This record gives sequence, structure tokens and C-alpha cells, in this order.
Amino acid sequence: MEFSDLIRTRRAQAKLLRGPEAPPLRGTLCLTGHHLLLSPGPQATSELWLLLLRSVDSIEKRVASDSGTITLRCKDLRVLQLEIEGVEASLDIARSIEALSSLESVITSFPFFYRPKGLRLGDAWHFHPPERYYKRVARETNAWRLSEVNEDFSVCPSYPRAVIVPRSVDDGALARSARFRQGGRFPVLSYHHAPSGTVLVRSSQPLTGPQKRRCAEDEELLRAVLAGARPGARGFIVDTRSSQAAKQARMTGGGTEAKAAYPGWKRLHRPLERGQPLQESFVRLVEACGDLQQSTDSWLRRLEGCCWLAHVKEALSTACLAAQGMEREGACILVHGAEGTDSTLLVTSLAQLILDPLSRTMAGFQELVEREWIQAGHPFQLRCAHSAFSHARPKHEAPTFLLFLDCVWQLGRQFPLSLEFGEGLLLALFEHAYASPFGTFLCNSERERCLCEVRTRTHSLWSGLNQPKEQRKLRNPLYAPNPLAIWPSVELQSLRLWQGLFLRWIRPPEPSEVAWEKVWQIVTDKEKTKLSQPTVSASEPQL
Amino acid sequence: MEHIRTTKVEQVKLLDRFSTSNKSLTGTLYLTATHLLFIDSHQKETWILHHHIALVEKLALTTSGCPLVIQCKNFRIVHFIVPRERDCHDIYNSLLQLSKQAKYEDLYAFSYNPKQNDSERLRGWQLIDLAEEYKRMGVPNSNWQLSDANREYKICETYPRELYVPRIASKPIIVGSSKFRSKGRFPVLSYYHEHKEAAICRCSQPLSGFSARCLEDEHLLQAISKANPVNRYMYVMDTRPKHRMQSWWATQKDIGRIIVRISSKIWNDEKIRESDEKKRLNAMANRAAGKGYENEDNYSNIRFQFVGIENIHVMRSSLQKLLEVNGTKGLSVSDFYSGLESSGWLRHIKAVMDAAIFLAKAITVESASVLVHCSDGWDRTSQVCSLGSLLLDSYYRTIKGFMVLIEKDWISFGHKFSERCGHLDGDPKEVSPVFTQFLECVWHLTEQFPQAFEFNEAFLVQIHEHIHSCQFGNFLGNCQKEREELKLKEKTYSLWPFLLDDQKKYLNPLYTSKSPKFTVLEPNTVSFNFKFWRNMYHQFDRTLHPRQSVFNIITNMNEQNKQLEKDIKDLESVRFRVLKIHSVGILSWMKF
Repeated sequence: MEFSDLIRTRRAQAKLLRGPEAPPLRGTLCLTGHHLLLSPGPQATSELWLLLLRSVDSIEKRVASDSGTITLRCKDLRVLQLEIEGVEASLDIARSIEALSSLESVITSFPFFYRPKGLRLGDAWHFHPPERYYKRVARETNAWRLSEVNEDFSVCPSYPRAVIVPRSVDDGALARSARFRQGGRFPVLSYHHAPSGTVLVRSSQPLTGPQKRRCAEDEELLRAVLAGARPGARGFIVDTRSSQAAKQARMTGGGTEAKAAYPGWKRLHRPLERGQPLQESFVRLVEACGDLQQSTDSWLRRLEGCCWLAHVKEALSTACLAAQGMEREGACILVHGAEGTDSTLLVTSLAQLILDPLSRTMAGFQELVEREWIQAGHPFQLRCAHSAFSHARPKHEAPTFLLFLDCVWQLGRQFPLSLEFGEGLLLALFEHAYASPFGTFLCNSERERCLCEVRTRTHSLWSGLNQPKEQRKLRNPLYAPNPLAIWPSVELQSLRLWQGLFLRWIRPPEPSEVAWEKVWQIVTDKEKTKLSQPTVSASEPQL
Repeated sequence: MEHIRTTKVEQVKLLDRFSTSNKSLTGTLYLTATHLLFIDSHQKETWILHHHIALVEKLALTTSGCPLVIQCKNFRIVHFIVPRERDCHDIYNSLLQLSKQAKYEDLYAFSYNPKQNDSERLRGWQLIDLAEEYKRMGVPNSNWQLSDANREYKICETYPRELYVPRIASKPIIVGSSKFRSKGRFPVLSYYHEHKEAAICRCSQPLSGFSARCLEDEHLLQAISKANPVNRYMYVMDTRPKHRMQSWWATQKDIGRIIVRISSKIWNDEKIRESDEKKRLNAMANRAAGKGYENEDNYSNIRFQFVGIENIHVMRSSLQKLLEVNGTKGLSVSDFYSGLESSGWLRHIKAVMDAAIFLAKAITVESASVLVHCSDGWDRTSQVCSLGSLLLDSYYRTIKGFMVLIEKDWISFGHKFSERCGHLDGDPKEVSPVFTQFLECVWHLTEQFPQAFEFNEAFLVQIHEHIHSCQFGNFLGNCQKEREELKLKEKTYSLWPFLLDDQKKYLNPLYTSKSPKFTVLEPNTVSFNFKFWRNMYHQFDRTLHPRQSVFNIITNMNEQNKQLEKDIKDLESVRFRVLKIHSVGILSWMKF
């Protein structure tokens, strides 16, 4: 299929309104296969305006006698309005945008065509392979090995080719354990906490079913996890469902680890919201944020009603529980919910951020996102197909990754010096997860990415972000490495709405952003003065 | 001293209400004449000033001992467990006595001695000079003059001696107007905007009862409007909510023509215009029902504006609700937000802010003078006048300027600090967090304009600490006359020099004094800009706070930068001198 079939009108005269602060733009509107462009007339000073069609979440059209108005609500929560001359043209353009923004084919998506200057294809794709993390683990302990049992993705379609598993368990046992876990997601290493010699392991639910089936290899695998940790270590299984939901899962073939079958492991239930309710919470929050006329009371009521901060609180406290188990109790932790691709990853990645100083650096955090979200098989394509504005009935959409970013932001607020990256990086990840010219967040698993040849045919987001010109936006100028665990307060008095994201396009650009510039200025001043000092004193003796 | 029976209790436990581990500290509790002191096993000291104690409660005996809960006016809540009930009872009784003094002379300020001599003390009191401040604003001038009408507190006991009024307002007019206004608080100047030649004036409500009209009062208002050469129209802002006011206005016999004119220049926003239209219709309906407002026929060139700030009783119970909700650990999202909403606290803060914004806009956009009043003109009026001036004049956003602002609009104009803060054992119905609200509004502004203020949050919290501490004389008493009678300047110390000495702690490292953009602040009052002020209401609950402070780091960096820059300059000048000597040497060598 050709894009041109979907484009009915290529060009029209239009006026673009971009919110209360930015001045309206006038010019020629052009529609291409991937973009909406607005080119101001030759005499205008402003630059070309460009919007990736993929980032359009919903379209609303209204027509008057000789013109039409299209309201575009974007996945990054921006709302744009286009006033287009000519009723026919505006309807055509609206229909084309609608069709082009919801194309499902991956290999015709923009990342496969995007060739930015200064970047080379294939760069940064191999920044964070599992082998790299394994090297670090191997330095700390030899109880684990890198297994290539999933080389051809046949054991677990949502795992990467290589995973880290206990040394004493062979590939055959892994394959049998995989058959006992939903989607083949057998327990694998997520993080080795060297200071206490304990590990964080993740999987999906065991397929015990109503007959309470058991699997010797799976039991052996978890026994080996404990045996590989410090002697006498206990284990906690953090189930991200309520105990009732876990029991109910048995009826459909799932379930939980039976106590008798896994000696040394204790199960804890920490229900986290997922799927559709989480998506609804997101939608309601964004709705509330869009209403500028409401009274303080109604705002507070809606903030309460949408429950978003409750989800933030639950996610953070579950991560704290897992981290505490490792750091303070010296226990091994296994995290899983049902599929093990959503709330499981939320908990394991946050727990690492709390415990591991390396994951709080710019490179370490990128590695964490790559390893614990992208390679771990969070189905980005399904979860981020639509954002908060879409009228389509949500099927698989859920803002789990956004919830993770929000939790990281809360950590950053409570420990403003301990994260090397700033809000800018989190905002960028949010944007790119939903619509991006880069290939990093494409597809649902490594397997799909291999099939689509994403690694060789698209650019990696990390190479885009790590360009020097991007750094000022993304880095935290006040970063000072902190070797300790960062324990956040999860009391509501300490949590805040992430205004920088949810109100980003609604409030006028905040003076606090100007203040951020000032902080940068102070920091760079410091570096400059430090640098310039020796030159002055050095020049002195020459006289 | 006669109230203290037990001075020392050992093995006392201190519980942290927000701690996640439920651990307690064990230590020794000491009771002194001025403080309650707890020293834990790590030798960490917790001092609680008796005057800060708002409430002491002895809870039911438990197996571990007798719980004693102390709530402080600075929002500290401590939970002790005293092993023996007898000790607990003694301390409880002593604290009940010590926290509520009957006489001013028993307050801490009269015994506090920071080891300064009399001249230092006097210099401290002279630090803030209001005459100097009025000069800074540009008065007296051809339109405004200093009136000696209240020099002996004869006209109004709760006003200061020195008052600025329109030059054309004669003494009989002032006297006549003061008789028409509640507590004699006639319209006087609070702030003069030199650039716009417009003024903020303040007063109390007109008196009801004997007469619906007072020619002198009308003349005085006319004089205020004439003192503004740019715009003859002036606003009268009644800061009370309309529904409360109507009962008062109902007693007025004379019902005039009501027109709430809407200045299109200010209210060009469609929505607001609509709501004002509704207000106008309401007013018409009220007139038909026999209720009325100020008679606009009598007061020419005046536009009336109503802003709804609730009274002190509503504010008191609102804060109480807020603290009750937030005092609990492990709150759920719905507890927290529905509590925040039902307390109405943020709604009240927004109302004060809205009023101040209206005031500032009237002056900057229309160059119109504004007269602000509420009932007595010492609570809401102080809030609105001071906050309005703060929006208009960047001087009040400096450390010194903020002190001047408080000294002018709050202390000198008779905000009843002693009653509102409950310094003495008095009527609990007079206690109200009016000043706290003002500080919170300022905090909200510092959040929205992080570079516009020379001071930081800690400064606001510290001032709040001292309005209740009774350690310094500034906030004792309810008006200037009372303060003079108490001889505060001879017997106590002023807070301001101590804050100035410590000013490093209170500096905002991001402050940009030159930024012209911030000459007038235009805050955005959409609902989501109003947030719960954790660092005030949970200032002692450390576990709730961010674990690292950006402010300290930036302050340090700033200082290092300054030092390094200075070093560079020094070195440059050395180099320059060396060069000069060198060149002189070469020159003299060439001469040879």
C-alpha cells in the first residue's frame, strides 16, 4: 500500500494555534506520509513547523462555511488547532491524518525512513546487550551464568536471546521451567545487589492451574537462586496481584507458587493497578488537567477521583518493599504478576533505581530502561498505541511505562542531587515511547524487533539522546554521585503531581524553567571560573 | 517557676508520627521556665518553647507508660510516652499553666536576653523606619501629606500615630469620616505607586445604624480619587463575601442605584465578564428585594468590587481541618485530597490571592486608586493590601523590604497579633491564622516566581515561628498604642536585626534582582497552582521531606563562584600592577 493512496489533499492554507502562549502560525500546510508540515510564507521569520503524524492521538473536525477547524490531540498531551481554508480541503486533510496516524505496519513507520545528519545507522544499538550487564554480575559473583537457551526465541518469545540464570541450572531445565511459566517467562536475574549478596529475579506466574500442578525444574531453579546468594538467604516472592486475584488466576491455568513446593520462599501480595483501570486513571487525570476554569475544590476532587497518585504511591512502596528485602533483610526477591511484562518490570526497575547508584547515572538509567523494559519484553507497541485522548476503545493500552517515569520523577524530587539525569530525559522517554522517529521503542519484544530488522534499519534513541547538543536538556546540573540507597517517602504529603508532564502544554511556560536555566548558569559559571583561574595565575610568573 | 513540679524525667520515649519503622527515641525530658527540652540517647536536643504550645493532651495509660501529646502553633506535634503516670501528670499540669500566660510581662520576650547593650537594642528597633519607607514610596508629595490628626491616638487607637492622607482632606473631614467608620479606622494611605500616581488606601467598614450617609466620608473618598491625577475613578474593594455582607447592608435605609461597572480594560476575559454580568443581575435582584449596597449616587467616581474572603472563624476551622487530615500517617489518596478539599484551605488562599491580583491590576492597568476594607480593616484588609503591594513593588520582595511590609501593613496598622496568635490566655475565638495565610500566599508566589524573591522559604517559616514565639517584641500586643504602653522598645528586642544577621540562611540563590520582567508579578491562579505547603505544615516531620536540598548546594556554588571571581579580579589587578611596573621600567630604560 502506498501512502499516497491515503493522502487526498496535499496542501492547503492554514493557521495553527499552539496553546495560549505561543503565537499562531500561518502558512502552507503540507501532508506527507509521516508528517504534517506548516511552511510559513517566504517573508516570515519563523521556521518550518513539523509534526510526526504518529504522535496524533485523536482528531476532531468542525466545518464552517468556507473553512474547517481540526483539533489534533497528541500523544504527548499537546493540543493543537488548525484552521484550514476550504471545507473540502480540511475534511480531506482530517481524514488523511486519521488514516496515516493509525497505520499499524511497523516497517513502513517513520523510523525506517529517518536518516538524521550526524548519526550513523547501527550506532548505540549495542550499547546495552545482556552480555554487558552479565559482565558486571560476573565480576561480583560466579553463581550466575549467561544462557543462550532462548537463542531462537523458541523458549520464550518475549525474552531476549540471552538471559542470566543460576549457574547450576542447565538449559534443559530452563526450557522445562519455561513451559511451567506463562509465556515461557521463567525466573531470570534482574539485578544482583552486591553489598548484601542478594538478587532480584523476575518471571511470570506459574501455570499451576486448578490441579495445583508442580514443576521440579522450576522449583530447582528457585532453590538455586537461594543457594547462589549469601548462605542462609531467604526469599520473598512479591506477587503484584492481590491474593484473591492470584487464586482466581488458577481457574484460567495460572496461579502462584505453592508454599510447600518452594521451601525458603515466602509469598507477599502487593496489588498494583494495571491494564484498563490504569489507562482510565491516566485519561481522567489528563481530562482534569485540561480544565482551566474549574474551582480549587473541583480540581482536588478530580485529582482524588482519578487515583493516579495512588498508583504512584503503590508502585513506589512495592519497589521499596522489594529493595528493603534485599538491602535490610538480605533476602532474594522474585517479582511477578500475571504475564510478568508490566507491573513486574515496574517494581524491579524501581527497586534497582533505589538500590543501585550506577542505575542513577545517565548511562546507567538508559541501560536500565533498555534492559528492564525494552529487552525484558514490555509490549510497548500495544501499551503505547494510544495515549490519553484517543476515542478508540482501549484494548491493550496502559501507561505502565509512564507510571514508571512518574515514580522516577518523584524519586528525583526527593533526591534532587542523586540522579544524573533531569526531568528532560523523562519527558523525552515519555514522548518517544508513544511516538518517535527512532526505533528503540518499536515492537513488543526482541523477537519482533529482529523480524523487522529494527536494529539495522532504524536509529537508536540513545544515539540521538547522547548527542552533545541534547545534554543540557537532559542532564541534572546538580548531580553528585550518591553511593547509598535512596529511600523515598511514600506518604502522600511527599508525593506531587508531575506538573512538568501533565500540565506541560497547559500552563504558560513556568518561571521555574527559567530558574533551571539559572541553575545551569551557576553550575557552568563555577566550572568556568575554576578553569579560568589557573590560566591567570599561570600567566603571572611569565611577566 | 511556681508551676514547675518536676524538672526532669528519664526514660521518656519520643514517637515519630510519620516514621515508617515505628521506632521511638528514648531520652530525658527537662522542663525549664521557658522551654520543654528532650535530649535523646544520641544527645540530639529537641527544644519546645512553652509559648509555642497550642494544646497538651494526656491520653489513656498504656502498658509502656502514659502518652503525652503536645501540639504546637508552629505545627510541631510531639508524642511522648512518660513511664510513670505521676510524672506525666505533673508535666501536663505545668505545661497547661506555662503555655497560657495571663500577662504580657510574663511572656518570654521580657526575660529573653541576647546579651546586647541598650544602644544595640535601640539600633535594632530603629532598623525598620516607616517614615523612611513612605519617603521611598514618594510621599509626602503634592497630593499626599502626613496628617497629625492621630498623633495622640485620639481619633483611632488601633492606627499608628503617623498617617498619610490626601492633601486636600482637612482635619474636620478626617474626624467626621472616622466617626462613620468602625473603630474609627478611616481611609488612609497604605501604598503609593509613584509611577502610576495611584494609591492603595485602607479603612474599616462604614458604621450602620444612625446614618446611612456621611458627607465627610464621601469627601474623604473624593479627596482620595482627586489625589490621583491620572484616573479619577477609584475602586472600593470590599473583601468580604457578599452573602455575609448583605445582612449588614440590609440595615441601610437608603437604597441607591446599583451599577457594578465593569472595567473592560481589566476584565476582557469573556468568562469573567459573563460572571460579572451575573453579579450585576444578582445585585438588581437584591435591590428589588430591598437589600442594597453603598450608594453610588453619594460616592461619585467610584466603582465597587466585592471579593469573597471568609472571616477569621471560617479560616480558623479550615486550618484545623487541614491539620487533622494531614496529621495522619499512611493516608490514602482519597483521604488526602478529599480532606484537602473539604478543609477549603486552598480555596481560601486562592481568594486572598485573587483579591491581591485584582488590586494590583487596577493600579497597573488602569492607574486607579483602590480603597480596601473588610469589617474592622485589620485582617483581610492587611492581607490584601500587603500582598497587593508585594505584587507591585519588587522592593517588598527583598529581605529588608519584606520586613518593612510586615511592619507597615500588619504591625503598624494594628493587625491584632496577640489575639490572633493567642499569645495570652484569652478568647480562643479571636485566634485565627490570618497572617499564616499571608505567608502562604507569599510562598505560593515564590513557587511561581522562583527568581523574584531575595528570600527563601526558610525565611517565611522563621517569621511564622516568631509570630508565636513571643521571644521578640515585634508581634506582642494588638496595636502600636498598646506596644508603646508595654514599653516594648525598652524591655524587649526586635526580631529583624537577628534575621538580618542570619540572612545567609534566608537568601534565595536564584534571585535575580535586575530582571525587569518581575517588576510586577502576575501570578496565574488556575487551581493546580495551589498546592499543599508541606514545608510549613510538616516542617518538623523530617521523614516527609526531600532528602537532599537543592538550595544549599546552589547557595554554596554561588558563594564559591563569587569567591573565585574575586580571586580572579585580585589576580588581574596584581598582573596589571606588575605590567605597569614593567612598562614604567622599560620606559625609564628607554630614556637612558
